Amino acid sequence: MALYSEKVMDHFRNPRNVGVIEDADGVGEVGNAKCGDIMKMYLKIDDDIITDVKFETFGCGSAIASSSMATELIKGKPVDEALQLTNKAVAEALDGLPDYKMHCSVLAEEAIKNALDDYHSKQASKKE
Amino acid sequence: MPVTKLKETTALIYADNAATTKISEEALNTYIKISKEEFGNPSSLYTVGQTAKEVLEQAREDVAEIINAEPREIIFTSGGSEADNQAIISAAKIGEKNGKKHIVSTAFEHHAVLHTLKKLESEGFEVTLLDVHENGIVSPEEVEKAIGNNTCLVTIMFANNEIGTIQPIKQIGAICREHNVLFHTDAVQAIGHLPIDVKEYNIDMMSASGHKFHGPKGTGFLYVKKGIKIANLIEGGAQEKGKRAGTENVPGIAAMAVALKAANGGIKEHTDSLKAKRDRLIEGLYEIPHSILNGDAERRLPGNVNFCFEGIEGESLLLLLDDKGVAASSGSACTSGSLDPSHVLLAIGRVHDVAHGSLRLSIEDDITDEDVEYIIRSVKEVVEYLRGFSPVWRDLASGKKQFIL
Ligand SMILES: Cc1ncc(COP(=O)(O)O)c(C=O)c1O
Ligand SMILES: [Zn+2]
Repeated sequence: MALYSEKVMDHFRNPRNVGVIEDADGVGEVGNAKCGDIMKMYLKIDDDIITDVKFETFGCGSAIASSSMATELIKGKPVDEALQLTNKAVAEALDGLPDYKMHCSVLAEEAIKNALDDYHSKQASKKE
Repeated sequence: MPVTKLKETTALIYADNAATTKISEEALNTYIKISKEEFGNPSSLYTVGQTAKEVLEQAREDVAEIINAEPREIIFTSGGSEADNQAIISAAKIGEKNGKKHIVSTAFEHHAVLHTLKKLESEGFEVTLLDVHENGIVSPEEVEKAIGNNTCLVTIMFANNEIGTIQPIKQIGAICREHNVLFHTDAVQAIGHLPIDVKEYNIDMMSASGHKFHGPKGTGFLYVKKGIKIANLIEGGAQEKGKRAGTENVPGIAAMAVALKAANGGIKEHTDSLKAKRDRLIEGLYEIPHSILNGDAERRLPGNVNFCFEGIEGESLLLLLDDKGVAASSGSACTSGSLDPSHVLLAIGRVHDVAHGSLRLSIEDDITDEDVEYIIRSVKEVVEYLRGFSPVWRDLASGKKQFIL
């Protein structure tokens, strides 16, 4: 038994949507160097649809794979739907994570929520 | 672009000998031969029992000779952890009897030592863990200062398993002798790699593990100077002079002795070339910006290299090196399953941010010069690749945060 599923290793070796969006509509960063995993998500949103998403991650194999999978799961989705994304869904899409690595999928969920919060507060300040 | 889509090489470069070593042909053959031919129980009176006993006692003589001890001072155990436990618990029992309940050790011991000390603390012992400084070396003066009237044991490892630093064991041994305090050393990483003379070094107890010098896993021994009353961890039959019950692992012990003889005999021959490869690795890895060698550059095991690279995390580094056919290890939290990075790296003052990005290479003489260059190239590529999408690195490179290294 390998540590990680084939899916995890695939997303770890070939992470999707890696990078930065310079004029992002929402940016979220979670984690800290103390615990060893940091994720940053960049969202481009048009008409409440996530048209583009990129991430940067400092972290272990499952942290990188979770970020990659999470971006895939929300790309092209309405904001409301992306807000519903759970860490369990990320982990399931990766064919599971070891128990002690579940926190990495939690970070992915939080990074997206964080980026969407940022988007919403930017929207609100625009309206003012 | 990912640097490692496919395995570039199928040949394994094994650079994790501090975790375990491959059993030598000679040890394996001994194991098989003794299992077949000397299957008797050494406690039995008939011939096949007694010839097995002879094999066992020959192994004891061989091991004792290598460390300049007497055969009766060797207790065979299941490995390093058991030997550490038995040594420390024995010294604590002796201390308790004399009303001495203070133990001196260091912050970067193996968990076999640290967790045993924790247990003793909960039983009312006082434990002083000495600083190991940024170079990963204990100061004998500080050992001496820490020893008090109620100190019953000093336990300090011979060489550290993560950063490979070699401790001033001879000076510490002399200090312990002068103050009449028992001295135990965990020599699991040192024996077979460094010459050890328990008399010259004033060592009272010493732990060793077979699988770290090409012997079988689950074998090891504890050296106990004669006259020291050792306590049992395992009760039962009268094996090992009543100090360690259980039918002896005769083939394993014989194979361990063979492996130790070979390893010890090869020290002179291999040390210089191994050090040259180690130093080339250190030189090559230092070409990676914002990196640092962990532990003293000279006073370290001839095959140990341990680095921190800022802005990346160790587990991803290991996984990608594995894809390139290099087996190594890291002290990152994610490889240990805890949230904290290696206690050893924290003990030498590396902050969490940096300690997560560590890499340990522990090589032996099967590594070629080409392998060394391949490792350097591979680590450079992987570190650069991971930094390429690390938000931490972005903040450092853009000046938003200050580099630590
Ligand atoms: C310094 C040190 N002490 C003790 C041990 C434990 O040895 P064993 O695996 O034989 O129990 C190890 C091995 O990991 C070690 O490196
Ligand atoms: Zn992680």
